[in-house]
Amino acid sequence: MSGRSIVIGAVFVVLGLATLSSALYTVSETEQVVITQFGQPIGVAVTQAGLHVKVPFAQEANVFEKRWLEWNGNANQVPTRDKKYIGVETYARWRIANPLLFFQRLRDERGAQSRLDDIIDGETRNVIASHDLIEVVRTTNRAFEKGEEAEDIMEAESMREIELGRDKITRLILEHVQHVVPDYGIELVDVQIQRVNYIESVQAKVFDRMISERKRIADRHRSEGQGKSAEVRGKKERELKVIESEAYRKTQEIMGRGDAEAATIYAEAYNRNRELYRFLKTMETYRSTIDKESWLVLSTSTDAFRYLQSQTAAGGGKAEAKSR
Amino acid sequence: MANHGAGFDPEEFTRAAREFGARLRDSRRLLLIVGLVIVGIVAIYGSYYQVEPDEVGLVTRFGRFVRTSDPGPHGKFPFGIERVQKVPVQRQLKQEFGFRTARADIQSSFHKDEKTAAESVMLTGDLNVATVEWIVQYKISDPYKYLFRMRDTEETFRLMTEASMRTVVGDHSVTELLTVGREAIAAKAKQLLSNLCKLYDNGISVQQLILQDVDPPEPVRPSFNAVNQAIQERERSINEAWAEYNQEIPRARGLAEQKIQAAEGYAIDRVNRAKGDAQRFTALEEQYRKSPEVTRTRIYLETLAAVLPSAGRKLIFDEKAKGILPMFPLGPSQEVKP
Repeated sequence: MSGRSIVIGAVFVVLGLATLSSALYTVSETEQVVITQFGQPIGVAVTQAGLHVKVPFAQEANVFEKRWLEWNGNANQVPTRDKKYIGVETYARWRIANPLLFFQRLRDERGAQSRLDDIIDGETRNVIASHDLIEVVRTTNRAFEKGEEAEDIMEAESMREIELGRDKITRLILEHVQHVVPDYGIELVDVQIQRVNYIESVQAKVFDRMISERKRIADRHRSEGQGKSAEVRGKKERELKVIESEAYRKTQEIMGRGDAEAATIYAEAYNRNRELYRFLKTMETYRSTIDKESWLVLSTSTDAFRYLQSQTAAGGGKAEAKSR
Repeated sequence: MANHGAGFDPEEFTRAAREFGARLRDSRRLLLIVGLVIVGIVAIYGSYYQVEPDEVGLVTRFGRFVRTSDPGPHGKFPFGIERVQKVPVQRQLKQEFGFRTARADIQSSFHKDEKTAAESVMLTGDLNVATVEWIVQYKISDPYKYLFRMRDTEETFRLMTEASMRTVVGDHSVTELLTVGREAIAAKAKQLLSNLCKLYDNGISVQQLILQDVDPPEPVRPSFNAVNQAIQERERSINEAWAEYNQEIPRARGLAEQKIQAAEGYAIDRVNRAKGDAQRFTALEEQYRKSPEVTRTRIYLETLAAVLPSAGRKLIFDEKAKGILPMFPLGPSQEVKP
């Protein structure tokens, strides 16, 4: 083997390897490839992953992502229709649906990102600016559950019914953008409002409002407490009166009944002999009324002392007593 | 080298060249062997891979996905013909929002900064502001989709979670968020996030979404506490009123009962006495009827006998003996007076 033949052989091997490596290219699961010939796109995009062949040297493989790609918006300061300044952050996910078109119009991802910035940010602004804040925040018209606290103190503005809601507004943005981006070979898969916040100066005012709102709620609780406790006290007073008066009524009733029964019994007994009753009662009265302080001035004509005068007078005295 | 000075000796040159050639051949062989050994080592090293118990391996050949491999040792084509990507499908993964665990331990320490604060601040449905911290636990249910469907699946998942949480919080009042609605909000956010995962088809399945600290923003926190205090105050004053009620009403009931019992006692007393008196009278009357005259006189005299000794002064006069009365000094009271 001569030296020259070795050199020639080596050259062929090198050339062959170079040709092979230029003719073969791999496409991964995450990629798709557009073949260009002297800068001119050839055929359809290669989306099938694996080892592929192209014309060496003349053709070039331009690799694009096949996966969903990020687009994260900046915090946009947007006034809503009701003139609330808010910061809106959106994110979107997109993919290169038509790599050929994408390649022609935007060249690469960087170009796509800046184009998407323009389109999505602009569309977000438009949609937000033409709706009230509440539409962006709420999704449904569900009624808030009333907890311990009195919700009816809340501002009427926040209790307003919504027409669209966050979900539909997001879809509105998505639809508008989806209309535009196919021109760039892009498919927009989804847009979401990630964050909505008040801008700082508005936030301070919102905090003030929240504080006054809470104060109102606290005051209401306090006065509710006072009212309820007064109610309980009133109830107590009433019940006391009821109990006392009822007790009075009952005692009087019972005592009356007792008195009446006693009276009936007395009457029944004493009616048998009224005269005897009167006599006995009088006697009893003497016993109870005469004491040490009493003076007794008695005539000898009384029954008891008539015998002091004379024994005979007794008959007359007796007759006198009887006649009484 | 010494020959240089002595002139050119072709024979010696040929010999030297041959020797050099032989040495070259020897070293070339050595080089070849070394090269082959290196290639062999690389080939063996590149053909072997191990999948950990909580992972699954995805093998691509020339970029194309060909198979998945379960935990254990495996072989593949070396030199980049086949590549392996390992995905932890068994592991419970976690993302934190509004804070970061700096060190997980018995007493974990947390870290918060401006970035995490921005994650947690959100608007509630009544247009108030609250800070919400939460975590989401998830698993990779489909490693193929997880790897190949989306670039940066993790970060996208973060954004999806934030959007879901804010959507749900935006539909609840701040009071619900802070008190009664916590569980419902977490459940709804998880639902929303799961739906979004299904829509994105990103190979992630959401396991749990748990709300951590939920607070009103710092500047308004005192006023929220004031509301709680007012609630306490309300309860206290109502309880106090009830305490008074409970103190007084049973006592009044007892007193009333006492009065009623006393009245009943009185009535019974009256009736019994009446009965006694009546019986006594009746008994007497029966005897009286038998001999009224004697009984009457007896009672009269008995009474007098009882009464007269107890009277302070007694004056017995005869109606016929006039003139006594005027001289009669009336009462000792006059004497006592001065």
